[in-house]
Amino acid sequence: MESLTLTDFEQKYYSDLFAYCDTDNTKKVASNGRVLDLFRAAQLPSEVVLQITELCGATRLGHFGRSQFYIALKLIAIAQSGLPLRVESLNSVKDLPLPRFVVGKNEAEARHAALYQDTDSQGLYPASAAAVMPRPPGRVIHNKKGPPPTTSLPVHEVIQPLAPSIEPQPEPTSPVVSPHQSPPTSPQSWRKHKRQPSGGNADRQPVVAPAGAVWTQFREPQAVPVPGEGMWPSHSPPPPGQESWVSFTADTPPSSAIPGMHPSSVQESTTIRTVASGATTNEIQRQTSGYDDPWKITDEQRQYYINQFKTIQPDLNGFIPGSSAKEFFTKSKLPILELSHIWELSDFDKDGALTLDEFCAAFHLVVARKNGYDLPEKLPESLMPKLIDLDDSAEVPDQAADVGYSGSPVEAWPEMNQNSEQWETFSERSSSSQTLTQFDSNIAPADPDTAIVHPVPIRMTPSKIHMQEMELKRTGSDHNHPTSPLLAKPPELSEEAKLPSSMKFVAANAVGDGYSSSDSFTSDQEPITRQRSHSGTSPETLKVVAPPPPPPRPHASHSRSSSLDMNRTFAVVTAAGQPPSSAIAYPPAVPPRPLPTQSSAPHTGLRGEAEVAPGGPTVLTTTSPQIPQQPNFADFSQFQAFAATDQPSSLPDVDIHSEPGQVEKPSEGAGPLRTVKSDGQADERVPATVSSAKCSGSGPLGPPPKPVRRRLKSEDELRPEDEQPGPQKSNVIAAVLATQPTIPRSVGKDKKAIQASIRRNKETNTVLARLNSELQQQLKDLLEERISLEVQLEQLRPFSHL
Amino acid sequence: MAVCIAVIAKENYPLYIRSLPTQNELKFHYTVHTSLDVVEEKISAVGKSLGDQRELYLGLLYPTEDYKVYGYVTNSKVKFVIVVDSSNTSLRDNEIRSMFRKLHNSFTDVMCNPFHNPGDTIQSKAFDGIVSGMMVQAA
Repeated sequence: MESLTLTDFEQKYYSDLFAYCDTDNTKKVASNGRVLDLFRAAQLPSEVVLQITELCGATRLGHFGRSQFYIALKLIAIAQSGLPLRVESLNSVKDLPLPRFVVGKNEAEARHAALYQDTDSQGLYPASAAAVMPRPPGRVIHNKKGPPPTTSLPVHEVIQPLAPSIEPQPEPTSPVVSPHQSPPTSPQSWRKHKRQPSGGNADRQPVVAPAGAVWTQFREPQAVPVPGEGMWPSHSPPPPGQESWVSFTADTPPSSAIPGMHPSSVQESTTIRTVASGATTNEIQRQTSGYDDPWKITDEQRQYYINQFKTIQPDLNGFIPGSSAKEFFTKSKLPILELSHIWELSDFDKDGALTLDEFCAAFHLVVARKNGYDLPEKLPESLMPKLIDLDDSAEVPDQAADVGYSGSPVEAWPEMNQNSEQWETFSERSSSSQTLTQFDSNIAPADPDTAIVHPVPIRMTPSKIHMQEMELKRTGSDHNHPTSPLLAKPPELSEEAKLPSSMKFVAANAVGDGYSSSDSFTSDQEPITRQRSHSGTSPETLKVVAPPPPPPRPHASHSRSSSLDMNRTFAVVTAAGQPPSSAIAYPPAVPPRPLPTQSSAPHTGLRGEAEVAPGGPTVLTTTSPQIPQQPNFADFSQFQAFAATDQPSSLPDVDIHSEPGQVEKPSEGAGPLRTVKSDGQADERVPATVSSAKCSGSGPLGPPPKPVRRRLKSEDELRPEDEQPGPQKSNVIAAVLATQPTIPRSVGKDKKAIQASIRRNKETNTVLARLNSELQQQLKDLLEERISLEVQLEQLRPFSHL
Repeated sequence: MAVCIAVIAKENYPLYIRSLPTQNELKFHYTVHTSLDVVEEKISAVGKSLGDQRELYLGLLYPTEDYKVYGYVTNSKVKFVIVVDSSNTSLRDNEIRSMFRKLHNSFTDVMCNPFHNPGDTIQSKAFDGIVSGMMVQAA
């Protein structure tokens, strides 16, 4: 008849209806029965129906071809809107509401019609609107095939159905979304339908039934039909859109009369899509469940896609080359730009070919686009290529929630699937991205300097150890490593420089030993060991590198060989005596030889014994020089021992106590002596020693037992940390005692004592001077290192910007 | 960090050119155009050694007081040109190279698209995205 121009909506709607009527699946002719039913559903007087039939030419032809059908539908719409039936009016009537069909399936149709009424009528079922929308797009596609009954593009047909199905899905928002979103056209009817489902399942029921029947017919094994029905009710709320999109399967979608077809079923019917407004609503609803839902590919759709894929590439595991894909999708009549975008989205691995998943995603996007949905900026998760396995198998867990399909296999990919897909896709992406980023990785070269740049977290062992390190002047990697500690050391070094260098060495060694054991910092140990070697100068006996606390200046020199060493240490100690407190404090714990004992023993006489006891707690040494009386006591005892032989026992005690900067070892011996000692360190000692010398008549060396003893004691005192000398000293002392010869006292001795002390002092001076110079040298080296590191840092700094 | 990025086809017509909108775009067009000469020169010079793997990255083509121009050419004689602002703390060579690599990768993706006809201007959103990413950092 006359040419018929249909709006997109109409086109869609009509094609859906046609599909519905096309019970024979001829795609060409609508069965009379169906058509008539449909017409009846239009609730038009029968004569009008007859008239329409006549007008459209069916009477002439004897059957309803597509064009006739469409014309008839249009006439119905015209009639329903109250316009006179005129052939001319076919094309002239603008804004003609879509024909309404009522009840039964017709209810669906009616609803369809209502939906189709106008895009605005969404109001009908707000919810379904959304669903509808998606559908309609499909219609649009139908349009394509509408006008020319012979769609030259079977693909498109397929696409068409898909489109509608997709529409609902893409519907981004909640079902309630007003249909506006839907693209133009028929969606409205869809909408209606969609709403329906939400609206009344009851209605659907009946519809469903027939729909089911219809479905079964075209649907492939979807098992939906019947189940669809059942599901219908369950579905209504849920996700509509899911599947049915796929109904695209071109096969003439069964009359979409079945609106509500239960979403799943509806979807399956796809074709029925037109009718399946209900389904659409469901779909819409489903969509609402998640934004991604719209992009979910339903079983039907997937099947459809797979079929299409097969037409191009029989091997499901194979690829579709870009060129053939291009042809295929060009048929969809989408603008090339959009197709290009779709390709970009769907070609996941960027290989210029489409796998089954990619193809499905692309197809899905095309359908969506045709339905009016905007293309996403990035591939929705549900479309990300999944393993092909997922397609075929029923692995896809039912999305129980949504679909409610129990049977349908690839039911809309459950969220989980999506997730898993996501994982897969991610992996793919990652792999692909890796290839892409390979180049970039070059840029992030691990700067070899970076290691240097950031501070090496060297464990800061006790400063002493660091000092040792510094002193050792480690080079090479050590430098790097101990950079910080080394750097840190200088200050310490400087601090400690005050202390008699030798003392420090000694102390450090001692400390180092102690620390090294506890400190896993190997590098520290090295220096420590080295330190030791360095400190080899210190008397073996002392070993204790830690410079003994202020050496008892006064004496500290022994004539004896063994005592000679002690002299040295004492010298150091005496030198250190000046800052006795610091010295004392510095060396940790080394046994304060006699001091502790002395202090502990509050006897005056005990002190000597205490002194002898090497292990004497260092406490004494470390404590402030308050140990007043106690040591004295200890000494006294010793002195007493001596006293027997040596009168000036007290003096020696005093001397001894006064010795080494052990402030703690306050003057021992008699109170007066004590005071004397406490007052001064070395100086006092000296006089003490002198006095003692007088007493004993022995010079600093104190041949007379007393001096010796004193010295020993002083040594102990000097080296609070040093326990070892204690015993030695005790031995010495004992020896001294044993040897205690008479104690010539006389001025001569005084002189000797003085001279001895002078000598000692000189020795101490030299030792300290040496130590000082060494430390200075170390400091210099460290500073140089520091400068070089800073330079390096500066050089590297710009690199760090990357 | 770039101020302008351009992709020029083998026949020396632009497939894609984009610059920071704040700048005078025409100026960049001219700049890119003039840089083509330098590119040609470099290509021909290196190309003499036949069979040699020609370095794709051409490096700094020429600096002006305001900006520097870097070039990169693919094996199919498609040229990428990046103009960076001189005031930017000197970008390391590696950074420029990475930018070119990214561009090249994106360009390859665009070419893979069957719907893209070689010789058409590039209208890929992904490509746009990459370019924007490189330019946004600047200024």
